[in-house]
Amino acid sequence: MPQPVLLRHVREPDQADLHAYERRGGYAALRRALRELSPEQVTDLVDRAQLRGRGGAGFPTARKWRFVPKDAPVKYLVVNADEGEPGTFKDRTLLEGDPHLLVEGIALAAYANDVRTAYVYMRREFYQARRQLERAIAQAYERGYLGQGILGTEFSLDVYVHPGAGSYIAGEETALLESLEGKRAMPRLKPPYFPAVMGLYSKPTVLNNVETLCCVPWIVREGPEWWLEQGPPQLYSVSGHVNSPQVVEAPLGTTARELIERAGGIRGGRQVKAFYPGGTSSRPLSARHLDVPLRHEELAKLGSMLGSAAVIVMDETTDMVKVIARVCEFYREESCGKCTPCREGTVWVTQILDRILHGRGRPEDLDLLESLARNMTGTCFCPLGESVPPSLRAGLEDFRDEFEAYIRAAREPVQMPVRLHLGAPAPGG
Amino acid sequence: MRLREEGALLSEGAKREIEALRARYPVAQSAVLPALLRVQEELGWVPPEAMAEVGRLLDLPVEVVAEVASFYSLIFTEPVGRHVVQLCTNVSCLLSGAEAVRERVERELGVRAGQTTPDRRVTLLAVECLAACDQAPCMLVNERRYGPLTPEAAARLVKELD
Repeated sequence: MPQPVLLRHVREPDQADLHAYERRGGYAALRRALRELSPEQVTDLVDRAQLRGRGGAGFPTARKWRFVPKDAPVKYLVVNADEGEPGTFKDRTLLEGDPHLLVEGIALAAYANDVRTAYVYMRREFYQARRQLERAIAQAYERGYLGQGILGTEFSLDVYVHPGAGSYIAGEETALLESLEGKRAMPRLKPPYFPAVMGLYSKPTVLNNVETLCCVPWIVREGPEWWLEQGPPQLYSVSGHVNSPQVVEAPLGTTARELIERAGGIRGGRQVKAFYPGGTSSRPLSARHLDVPLRHEELAKLGSMLGSAAVIVMDETTDMVKVIARVCEFYREESCGKCTPCREGTVWVTQILDRILHGRGRPEDLDLLESLARNMTGTCFCPLGESVPPSLRAGLEDFRDEFEAYIRAAREPVQMPVRLHLGAPAPGG
Repeated sequence: MRLREEGALLSEGAKREIEALRARYPVAQSAVLPALLRVQEELGWVPPEAMAEVGRLLDLPVEVVAEVASFYSLIFTEPVGRHVVQLCTNVSCLLSGAEAVRERVERELGVRAGQTTPDRRVTLLAVECLAACDQAPCMLVNERRYGPLTPEAAARLVKELD
């Protein structure tokens, strides 16, 4: 197994300290870039490394950077440190263990995009991560890696940490920008609000996830060929019914079976029933998919996605109805209320799941759930509402017997059939 | 609710910090969330008068401040206890026994999640994923994270809070 890259120094107790970070090769990439490379050459390296965003959408990073108009006088870099996709904890691990890696990544991305101001939007619950990052930023200013005239060049950059206050939807990129502007975190319409052209304060904005930016110093320092030879390195957050839940660094395309093994195997020597491959917004897969390479393309073929690469493992004793109900409740709680399919759909779905779980399920409930899943697909304003159907579909297609067992055991059979006609407009309205 | 004299609500230090926050952004409204959190650090929650105060400091109508404050679950617009305990109940913690932890902590405190103990010692919140699933089941006690928790260990932690 090759040496880890992103996690190489994360567990060294002194890694958050500037001198330790430098001693282990830190800020060499920034020095190299500022002395030898043009901004475009930095972007080229990222392009050749085929880096894709690690926040969930998986968009090619260099392409995102190239969308930003070169001649814009004011541009921003915004770092998404609002990690909240259930099951995901790799950004927090990087922030707490190796905060200078992010600072160096921010400086490189700002240099590549000619940005002078960067904001790190960090969820409120990251107290420890925030202390670590703020200390790293202060040290970087003192040492001349941030601020005016960085390393004696013309390049200047200010970095600020901005706190969130308890909102999952703020992790969606346009909602994050609304929140950073001091508003309710509600997503914006795309177009025209593509962050690269109309982002923060309506200025072109580069928006990247923590892990994505932490890849950049390594790519600039060691080169894209080396980066690809390492896997490329990908962080998988492995949790649930494994013996030692942890962030596992493994080559992109590692299977769930291998990841589970790296996380100590299944508790109590039991068998796997299902797993989410990319957080709760991805479609959960069943044990027959344990040998599928966890990569964007393969997962898309299965109607799932790599997302934030959060692998949540469930053993054979897991009550899938309960898990799926809990996942849907999460989206109901976090729905911002802007669009109808999400605001109303999440309420209906959770009500139906709740009555199934509590012995009041009706035989027609499964059709109702299917209808709701259909009507929440492609109709929601942003990806939040669209995150409900994948779990529902998996439940109805792969674990239907568990739902049926609940309904068969229902205590109060209901005589009146209830039907929702969400597909057709109401008469007269 | 006891109304205090205008301006006496926040310390001079907090007011200066809130004004200094403005300089970080080209638009003053961006400072609303950090300002509300600063208020909360001082008062424990954000009473309506404090929203007005933040509005004055940032030249914003109080409605704008209130609209933002009411959206975010970690801006407390009602009084909370001296300690805030946030118990994760999302999937990874659920799979690792979060329900038993929650029941035990609720029993220890004599309140349900979402409530504050009558002596205003602890507010217990059931929250979504804390991004610490390697420590599931986990919880935040004020600014400190604990996990993996047994029901007994969690009950001990909340019992010891003064």
